[in-house]
Amino acid sequence: MQRRKFLALLSSAGLAAAMPVREGKTAPVNGFSGHQDAVGVLHDSARCIGCRRCEAGCQSVNADAVPPPDKRRKPAKPFDDLSVLDKKRRTDFQAYTVVNKYHIEDRSAPVFRKFQCNHCQEPACASACFVKAFVKTPEGPVLYRPDLCVGCRYCMIACPFYVPAYDYHSVNPLVYKCTMCAPRIAEGKLPGCVESCPKDALTFGKRSELLIVARERIAKNPGLYVNHIYGEHEMGGANWLYLSPVPHKYLGQPELGKTSAPELTSGALGSVAMVAGIWPVLLGGVYAISKRREKTAAEEQKQAVIQAVAHAKGEADVALKTAMTKANQEKDAAVARETKKAREEAIKEMEAKMAVDGDTGTTSGASDKGEDA
Amino acid sequence: MNAQHPSTDNIHNKTTPAFSPGRLIRENKLTALLIAMGLFVTVIRFTQGLGGVSNLDDNYPWGIWISFDLLCGVALAAGGYTVTSAYYLFGLKDFHTAVRPAVTSAFLGYLFVVVALHFDVGRPLRLVYPVFVSQGTTSVLFEVGLCVFLYLTVLAVEWSISAFEWLGWKGIRTVIVRLTIPLTVMGVILSTMHQSSLGALYLIAPSKMHPLWYSPFIPVFFFISSMFAGMSMVVFEGSLAHKGLHDQMDEAHLRDADKITLGFGKACSIVMMGYLFIRIFAIAMDNNWNLLSTAYGKWLMLELLGFVALPSFLYAVGVREKKIGLIRFAAVVTVLGVVLNRFNVSLVAFNYNLPSAEKYFPHWMEIALSVFIVTLMVTAYRFICTFMPVLREHPDYKAH
Repeated sequence: MQRRKFLALLSSAGLAAAMPVREGKTAPVNGFSGHQDAVGVLHDSARCIGCRRCEAGCQSVNADAVPPPDKRRKPAKPFDDLSVLDKKRRTDFQAYTVVNKYHIEDRSAPVFRKFQCNHCQEPACASACFVKAFVKTPEGPVLYRPDLCVGCRYCMIACPFYVPAYDYHSVNPLVYKCTMCAPRIAEGKLPGCVESCPKDALTFGKRSELLIVARERIAKNPGLYVNHIYGEHEMGGANWLYLSPVPHKYLGQPELGKTSAPELTSGALGSVAMVAGIWPVLLGGVYAISKRREKTAAEEQKQAVIQAVAHAKGEADVALKTAMTKANQEKDAAVARETKKAREEAIKEMEAKMAVDGDTGTTSGASDKGEDA
Repeated sequence: MNAQHPSTDNIHNKTTPAFSPGRLIRENKLTALLIAMGLFVTVIRFTQGLGGVSNLDDNYPWGIWISFDLLCGVALAAGGYTVTSAYYLFGLKDFHTAVRPAVTSAFLGYLFVVVALHFDVGRPLRLVYPVFVSQGTTSVLFEVGLCVFLYLTVLAVEWSISAFEWLGWKGIRTVIVRLTIPLTVMGVILSTMHQSSLGALYLIAPSKMHPLWYSPFIPVFFFISSMFAGMSMVVFEGSLAHKGLHDQMDEAHLRDADKITLGFGKACSIVMMGYLFIRIFAIAMDNNWNLLSTAYGKWLMLELLGFVALPSFLYAVGVREKKIGLIRFAAVVTVLGVVLNRFNVSLVAFNYNLPSAEKYFPHWMEIALSVFIVTLMVTAYRFICTFMPVLREHPDYKAH
């Protein structure tokens, strides 16, 4: 069990909410195969005659445990009235067990099947109960603790056999279901139903031995039974076992896989720890990323401003420098131009003078002086 | 300052005349009627038992109080964790004005889920047992109960900021504001757990569930759908609030409302598309294609095409064309779709193999009680938004 749960945990690691491990999809692991000495009952539909004595026996030993009949509820029909068998019935808060009659095609006689809590080896009700109000005892019976029950009725949702019943008209209601007569068993007595069966259709004993008995009956009576002991493997196995001359599904027994109820939900429950462990990391990371992004954005903005200012300043400096250089150049050029102009004018003057005086010697002297300037 | 907070005047106008129950009832006739009906049902429930007010029986231990009040209630209150994580963790600053309305409605949503559970469980005084008396740790419902209990506490603390601002208790408000990030992270963790676990409740009963709705991935479906359920509810509630509580909103709320609607519209459209794909993958994984031609298959197609694909598309168009009205319509369809899905899982797929004579249909008093719970919630929301800084900022406190 521990190992399987661990594997289930592993299989769901890394997923937000997980999926239970399904039969055949993981490495085979040995499941829980029931408490060694647990007792149970074998019901044989080939022997059952639908006399309802088991119902009467159940009622007589459990009369004090169930709420008394009151005005609002319709009175139960006496146990010798077999007309109730014509209608499909189920267990309720005043009847821990009922017998149903099934008409099967190609069979002249109807087949009967007794209906009560199957006392599963890994009970769905106990797995589903959020206050541990159901206990699977090592002796076999699945027992209910009325002092803890909140009345959420999830056990009734979970039970694949539609067994637990509720007292809907009570102000302080409880769940009711067969106890396998655990107090009587502890006293060494038989369960009420088994004790009152006139046709030996109910056999009480150790579950392991009941399986042997059931196999022997199948082997010794060829053609009488279908080769299936209902309850041997269904939902992890039950402490009530059934033999039937017709496929069990015709007797209102659902076709169930071998996967037990706890296995169906262990993966999802295991992933809770994964979520609790990894979500803070992921969310913290997301928070850190968004914070960092904000910070980076703010820093980038700041940098951009600094750069823009620096850039603007640089550009201004360059522009100033260029302007200065240009101004200097223009000044020089202007000086040169003016000098040149002055020189040319001087030359022209000189030429004009020379043309008047006819003396060439002074011309070159004046020219040298102008270039130096 | 006062111009930005027109509501401060309103508060005085509303409270200064002597408190008169008669006038209050005259002004809220429908609310008064629904609450009176709810009180009537409450009396019968606690004097005659569950059987006196409901059609629940041994085959259908869970009716619409679970399907609607619990499953839908929790999914539609998911706006709390989606909005707070978007704003505080993912840093989507546009959503600021959506935070308080979302936290308020999530808090009230969860509070009234718990109120409704007091009607549904047989012994409401023992509702604390799973947490304090006997912990059934193997139960998915234990996990749901514990998470809802813790998350309701988280939401109460997150929401209390509005109340403390109203009361003017600055010291404790400051302490709680400092806890915002851890509270938000806890909110997401707890929501991930119990939103998915509400789906996981049904994992235990594969033989009772129709295969088209039973999948090992049902916890994932419930979690993912809670995201768009919550966001759509925020959009939907927003549009209602703009009709009924317009005068309680400050400029920032009115200004950002459309931006928020567009943001959630976009998110919903994408998440719903992903959700549609994983729902289809689940059909493929279990090879349930042949079931699609059955009546149940057609019903599933209606759920997936009419209430997931269609609103996803409408959201996308609404966002692209910036049509706020279309997005609000898509939000309504989405909310109805989530309700349909939760009912399909818990009432249509559950016990699908029972003959129709044994099927459940709610008693009128069950419906009346659910309506009563919703009425109480809306009334509480109106009260809070009228007096506390939810749809507006309190002038004395800056945004956090």
